[in-house]
Amino acid sequence: MKNILEIKNISKSFTLHNINKHIKACNDISLSIRKGEFIGITGKSGSGKSTILKSIYRTYLPEKGNILYDSEKFGEVNLSKADERKIVYLRKYEIGYVSQFLNVLPRTTAIELIENSLLEMGYEKDYSKDEACKMLSHFELDKELWDSYPVNFSGGEKLRLNVASAMIKKPRLLLLDEPTASLDLESKKKVRELIEKLKKQGTTMLGIFHDIEFMDGLCDFEFNMEKGGISPN
Amino acid sequence: MEIDKKVLQVLNITKKFGDGCPVCRENKEILIKNYCPHCQTIYACRNISFDLYEGEILGVVGESGSGKSTFVQCLYFDQKATNGEAYLSNYKGGRTNALEVSNQEKRYIKDYIMGMVYQNPFLGLKMNFSAISNVAEKLIAGGSRNVGNIKEISNNLLDIVNIENFRRNDNPSDFSGGMQQRLQIAKALSNNPPILFLDEVTTGLDLSVQANVLDLIKKIQRDLKISMVIVSHDLGVIKMLADRTLVMLNGEIIESGLTDQILEDPQHAYTQQLVHSLL
Repeated sequence: MKNILEIKNISKSFTLHNINKHIKACNDISLSIRKGEFIGITGKSGSGKSTILKSIYRTYLPEKGNILYDSEKFGEVNLSKADERKIVYLRKYEIGYVSQFLNVLPRTTAIELIENSLLEMGYEKDYSKDEACKMLSHFELDKELWDSYPVNFSGGEKLRLNVASAMIKKPRLLLLDEPTASLDLESKKKVRELIEKLKKQGTTMLGIFHDIEFMDGLCDFEFNMEKGGISPN
Repeated sequence: MEIDKKVLQVLNITKKFGDGCPVCRENKEILIKNYCPHCQTIYACRNISFDLYEGEILGVVGESGSGKSTFVQCLYFDQKATNGEAYLSNYKGGRTNALEVSNQEKRYIKDYIMGMVYQNPFLGLKMNFSAISNVAEKLIAGGSRNVGNIKEISNNLLDIVNIENFRRNDNPSDFSGGMQQRLQIAKALSNNPPILFLDEVTTGLDLSVQANVLDLIKKIQRDLKISMVIVSHDLGVIKMLADRTLVMLNGEIIESGLTDQILEDPQHAYTQQLVHSLL
């Protein structure tokens, strides 16, 4: 099988101009993911897990190294150097990112938030609404909450919403930045079910997890990060 | 989504107040911020180049006095750029430099291809005409002559921006700041321009009106596929709206990139300082 993502010798450090310091986040990381695989990364906080994910998503600009992604539309794309417009396209259609925090326009209701991810991709209004409803009922979000603003939601509800809005796009590559961090057992199970479903559909995933139990039996490969370096678990 | 369809290509726009002297023309390091101590020339913006693509929102951030509004006003012909080029794909196939055409042609471009929402509503609106005639005026300038049509289109536009029926015959001078701003947006949207410039649209608005305006802008982008340049010093606004962002300092673009990359991994010292000031 062909590799969908190949990370080659990525290094990233941050230059903080105000205190004149370099902070090394990760050093010479190489990793490759085949299509349909699920890879889990664990490690202490500050070990550089998110840095890798954010470098793939281009939220961070890697200093050195290449991130080769096999895109459906463009063929091989080097995510660390590609044109910004290409990245915008890939984020919309091919690469999803679930962060720990919900970032939402003010006065957008829960259902609109989910709907918008589909509308952005150019789907019809009716279809988007139906799909959004399905997604929210899958996550068992209280029906009364659908038309309220996510700002007032509990941590778990926000996170479920976050996962839902990324997953509804059915991206080819899904990056999960601790998607279960503050969830109760029941919601964790929901997320897990959805991840399994996506895996069956052939979505490639790369996730950061804290709880090893959650990863058990889900990941094809597990890696552990320490002080900016990576090693197989 | 087409990724490489440029609607506007801007090359090296420079605006200076004063003639410049051999010292500051040759040696940029001599400038104190953007001011030449020898000849008192002020470089409001220098060598601004960027591309604007179809359906995208481009954010421009920077401190006050960094030249954000100046270059937008140069592009909208409110100020004359000292030099520079701008190519519009909807005007003569993007082969003519729009900054050098006749005033009549500029009028045409302003009526059909570009819309502008000013920070100060007094610049964009005629305060002693009713709200609906403000919109109608732009439609008439754009060549509509059928009164029925004009009324219908104007009313539709005012629906989009949520200005109530019973206020449409009032003068904008009686409107609140938020309503004036929304009316400006309606006016700018008449004639369906492919490009919209928004200069500090949410500055000075209260939070609930700001949420309205942001929602409106996002809707316009999604439903009408209009490309926008949003100038703001509010990073929160840029974070919510823009796909890509330019950072300006002392009249120059010092950094550009994807918005979340600019906010989370800023490279330039000034950008870091700016991002750290975010609430």
